[in-house]
Amino acid sequence: MKKIIKNPKYNWLIWGVIIIAIYVWSFSGIEFSGIKDSAGEVTNSIFGGLFNPDWAYTYDGSGEDLVNLIIQTLAIAFLGTFISAILSVPFAFWAAHIKKNSSKFRSQTGKIVLTIIRTFPEIVLAIMFIKAVGPGAFAGVLALSIHSIGMLGKLFSEALENADYGPSEAITSAGGNHSQVLFFATLPTVLPEFLSLTLYRFEIAVRSASILGMVGAGGIGTPLIFAIQTRSWSRVGIILIGIIVMVTAIDFISGILRKKLV
Amino acid sequence: MNEIPKRTIVQRFHLVFVFWLVVFLICLIGSSIITGVNLDLLVSNISQFFELLKQMVNPDWGYSRYIIQPLLETIQMAVIGTSLGTLIALPFSFIAARTVIKNKYVTSVIRFFLNLMRTLPDLLLAALFVAIVGIGPVAGVATLTVFSFAMISKLFYETIETIDFGPIDALTTSGANKMQVIVFAIVPQVINQFISYFLYTFEINVRASTILGYLGAGGIGVFLQRSLSSFRYDQTAVIIIAIFVVVLIIDTLSNVLREKLR
Repeated sequence: MKKIIKNPKYNWLIWGVIIIAIYVWSFSGIEFSGIKDSAGEVTNSIFGGLFNPDWAYTYDGSGEDLVNLIIQTLAIAFLGTFISAILSVPFAFWAAHIKKNSSKFRSQTGKIVLTIIRTFPEIVLAIMFIKAVGPGAFAGVLALSIHSIGMLGKLFSEALENADYGPSEAITSAGGNHSQVLFFATLPTVLPEFLSLTLYRFEIAVRSASILGMVGAGGIGTPLIFAIQTRSWSRVGIILIGIIVMVTAIDFISGILRKKLV
Repeated sequence: MNEIPKRTIVQRFHLVFVFWLVVFLICLIGSSIITGVNLDLLVSNISQFFELLKQMVNPDWGYSRYIIQPLLETIQMAVIGTSLGTLIALPFSFIAARTVIKNKYVTSVIRFFLNLMRTLPDLLLAALFVAIVGIGPVAGVATLTVFSFAMISKLFYETIETIDFGPIDALTTSGANKMQVIVFAIVPQVINQFISYFLYTFEINVRASTILGYLGAGGIGVFLQRSLSSFRYDQTAVIIIAIFVVVLIIDTLSNVLREKLR
């Protein structure tokens, strides 16, 4: 770019034209006239539902109430994150470019594989697992455990790349073999960081688990999408409040734990 | 000094560690029961999952010409959504920054509100906006606007809080008002960081916008849903590959621009 533009004075002009072109193109593509007439009314109903939630739904002992499904959502996120944290470790070692002389090709292929996993939409994975094990929370767990590898593997591999290799070199020079280096130097050095990253991913997984139900993979998403489709806004209200409280609480607890770790 | 240091009971039996281990195991077992983990089912039916993967390995390339238009629409949605969200976020980020507003109550209330907004997952917002404005890309734009508003405002106010106070003090002592302080002392210090965060949010929004259509909020997700519900996994594969390419291009462009801003 720099070579084409000789005079830096006109840089801003070129950027201005590019930016205006992007916006003109974007606004030309979206049909803004298609908003339903009832939009204002529905918005009011949603806020009405938020302020007059269906408290009876909170707990009715049927197992399909808010508290039960929130716990199920958390369980999906917890188990999914746990499995994916374990599965991510080998991927992280594959993708991490640790020593200067280690194979660049190996770490590059690992990074590409992780990018592919990360881009594969979670919802599609969930639907594929629903085809295999049937609708329900288990499909959600499986989808989360595979999808999270993409992000956790990347974060883990970066932690490995930035780790302090003094201890490993010390063990190597004292005659330790590969597995001893791994178990007594590398893993203890990176473990707090790995745990902290896993907790961070758990926060994201809680959000994912609460929407996976929209395609039938268990958790609070299923009753939410039903409530929206049947326009029972007080039910939508109580579920939204449930999700907001759950996510806020988890973020808060996870934040405290992560501060302790690092 | 000539005594062996005594370890408390807590230390001797590693009670803290044991406590966390027990908590962890209870969570793990509880989650497995709640989500109905069924390994037999997984082992016997996993072949169906791989069957779907096998269908995806042979993409229906002819389908690719139908998805170019929705892909472009996805990017247009992301451009408009991110920009609108940023515009709304700007005033909020200044009010939430403790360096601008000295009143702790004001900043705390605004931050609490922003925290609540950030708990809502993108697909959940999409489901609500589809109910409000109807099926179509406008619902997607609205979703992305709210989503980027929540994210950008936090990133922005944190940036504003890290700035150097020298210019602010200089302007204040020479009698500048709040607006002048913002324009001449704060904005020049944060503008590069702001653009960088804007691009980062845009990247995330491009990824998010590709699945919003699954619930009817426009873009490529509509076709993703169509192909999945008609069991055309060869078409699903084309869409996923296309999403991958678009995400890769956008990420690369955005990374190049962000490098330049440093």
